[in-house]
Amino acid sequence: MTAISLRGRKVVLHDMCLRDGMHPKRHQISLAQMVAVATGLDEAGVPLIEVTHGDGLGGASINYGFPLHTDEEYLRAVVPRMKRAKISALLLPGIGTVDDLRMAADCGVATVRVATHCTEADVAIQHLGLSRKLGLDTVGFLMMAHMIEPEALVAQAKIMEAAGANIVYCTDSAGYMLPADVTARIGALRAALRPETEVGFHGHHNLGMGIANSIAAIEAGAARVDGSAAGLGAGAGNTPLEVFVAVLDRMGADHGIDLYKLMDVAEELVVPMMDVPVRIDRDALILGYAGVYSSFLLFAQRAGAKYGIPPRDLLVELGRRKTVGGQEDLIEDLALDMARSRGRAERS
Amino acid sequence: MKLNAAIIGSGNIGTDLLYKLRRSAVLDPLWMVGIDAASDGLARARALDVKTTADGIDGLIPHLAADRVRVVFDATSAYAHLQNWRRLAEHDVLVVDLTPAAVGPYCIPPVNLTEHLGAGVKNVNMVTCGGQATVPMVAAVSRVQPVDYAEIVATVASKSAGPGTRNNIDEFTRTTAGAVEKLGGARRGKAIIILNPAEPPLIMRDTIHCLTAGDPDVEAITASVRAMVAEVQRYVPGYRLKNGPIFDGRRVTTYVEVEGLGDYLPPYAGNLDIMTAAALRTGEVWAERALGRAAS
Repeated sequence: MTAISLRGRKVVLHDMCLRDGMHPKRHQISLAQMVAVATGLDEAGVPLIEVTHGDGLGGASINYGFPLHTDEEYLRAVVPRMKRAKISALLLPGIGTVDDLRMAADCGVATVRVATHCTEADVAIQHLGLSRKLGLDTVGFLMMAHMIEPEALVAQAKIMEAAGANIVYCTDSAGYMLPADVTARIGALRAALRPETEVGFHGHHNLGMGIANSIAAIEAGAARVDGSAAGLGAGAGNTPLEVFVAVLDRMGADHGIDLYKLMDVAEELVVPMMDVPVRIDRDALILGYAGVYSSFLLFAQRAGAKYGIPPRDLLVELGRRKTVGGQEDLIEDLALDMARSRGRAERS
Repeated sequence: MKLNAAIIGSGNIGTDLLYKLRRSAVLDPLWMVGIDAASDGLARARALDVKTTADGIDGLIPHLAADRVRVVFDATSAYAHLQNWRRLAEHDVLVVDLTPAAVGPYCIPPVNLTEHLGAGVKNVNMVTCGGQATVPMVAAVSRVQPVDYAEIVATVASKSAGPGTRNNIDEFTRTTAGAVEKLGGARRGKAIIILNPAEPPLIMRDTIHCLTAGDPDVEAITASVRAMVAEVQRYVPGYRLKNGPIFDGRRVTTYVEVEGLGDYLPPYAGNLDIMTAAALRTGEVWAERALGRAAS
C-alpha cells in the first residue's frame, strides 16, 4: 500500500549532520570524516549539505567550543569533492560577521543561511543583503520559532524576505513543536510571503516529532526541509534523514535521494562517529518539553556534573527564563547560583 | 561655569545621555540633534527647553560657534558617525563618539580615561556597551599576568537595542574585539552579542573569559577583578560581579550584570547606562581640564 498524500510533491532535503551534528561531536569532526560523510551524502543524491561550526561561521570560541579545524579548512576540504551536492554555511549575526560570509563564498558555498532568534530578524539585514548580492541561495533562518505566534513570525519573515532571503525557515530549535504548531506557522508563512519566496522547516527530535513535524511542514507548503543522517544533531538530534526519506518514499514525494545509499551512510559512517548515542535521553526530552535551545544539552550536563545540579533542573530553569540560542554562557553562571542557593538551603 | 554640549542622535542612547548631562556640574546640554522631528527623544528635549533640530548634522553646524558648543556627543550609528565626523573635524570641539565607528582612540574610563584627553585628540571612541562592561575585566586579568586570548559575551534585552545597534551588529563585534585586545591587553580578542526578547526584559549580563598565558594566579587575579569592579561602580553604580572569577585550567571567567539608573529606558537597560555614563565621564574630565586652563 502506498500513502498518496504527497504524490509527486517536490521537496528539497538539506542535511545537517556536518553542522548541527558538530554539537554532539563537540565540534571535533575530522576533515577525513567530513569529506567521507559529505561524499557519501552526495553519492546518495542529497542535494544540500551544511558544513560549519555547530554555531555557524565564527562559532569557534570558549563559549561554544573550539572546533578541530577552522570553518575555512572544513569548507576547502569538502566543497571541491562534491559532484552534485551543494554546500551551505550557517551564520548567526552577533557571532559571525560579513567577513566570515565572504570567506565562505570564496570557498564556494552555494547557500548561506542567516540565523536569528525568531524576533530579531533585523540584525540579519546586512548579511542577507550581501549573500543575495553575491548571487548565493539566501536563507533566512528564524530560530526558536515556537516562542512566538504565527502572525509575529510572519512579520519577521517579511523583514528577511525584504532583505534578500529567497527562502525563510521556521526553525524548531528546541524540538518543542507539535505538528499543529508546524502547520500553523508554515501555513501562515506560505500565505503571507511572495509566491517566489520559499518556506522551509528545521526540526529537532526531542519529543520524537521530527518526522511528523516535517510531514506537516510539507503539507502546509514547505519546499525545503532539514534532516540529518542518523539524526546527528543537537539535543536528541535533527529529523533523522534516512527515516524521513523512507516515509517520503511511502508517501510518493519527489526528493531525488537513494534511500539505501543514504541509510548506509547513516549506519556505516555517521553512527560510528557518535561519541554517545544521539537519542531522546531524559535531558534531551526536557529540552523539547521545556522549550530550550537544543545545543544547551551538553553544557547543562557538564555544568551539572561540575556543580552538583541535575541537568534537568538547569534546563527547566533556562526554559523558564526564556533563554535564546547562543546563551550558553548563562549555564555555568546559573549552575553557580543554584549551587549556592541549594548549599544555603542545606545549611539552614 | 559650564561648557556647552550637543548630542547628535535622539534614540535610546542620545536620550539617556541627555538626562545624565542635565545633572552635570561642568557640561550643559544645549543642543539635541535628530533626523525625525516626531522622535520621542526630540520631543523630550524640546520639553526640557533644549534646542533641537531634525535636520541632522546640517542643522547643528551653523550654530556650533555662535552657541560656543565645545563637546559633541555622537549617539547615531557607525555609518552616520563617519559623515558627522567629516563635518565636525574642522571645528573646535571634542567629539565623543558613542557609536562603534572607532575613528578616534578607544576610551574605557577605568582603564585609560585620561590617556587621550589633552594630547590634541579631538575624537574619542567609547567602543560599545559590551566593551565598556567587559574590557575592564579583561584588563583586570592582564594587569596581573599575560592573557593569550579573551572572549566576551554580552547579552542585552531586545528592547534596549535600537536600530543603530541592530544595523551595526558586525561593527559591534569587531570594535569590541578590538578594544578587548588594545585596551584589555589580550593578545587575541573575540566578542559575541546576544539579543534576548524575554518579558520582563533581562538586565544586561556579560561573561568575560580569559585564557592566561601560564597558570592563573588565583589570589592576585581575584583581588584585581574585585578592585576593578569597584572602579567601574564609581560611575556605574549598577555594575555588579555576579559570579567568579572562576578558574578552570587556564580559563578565568567572570560573570557581571549591569543595571542602569533608569534615566530613559528602565533599569534593565544597563547597556545604555554604562555607555552614556562612560561618555559623560569622558566629556566631563575633558571639560574640567578646559575650564581649569581657562581659569588659570
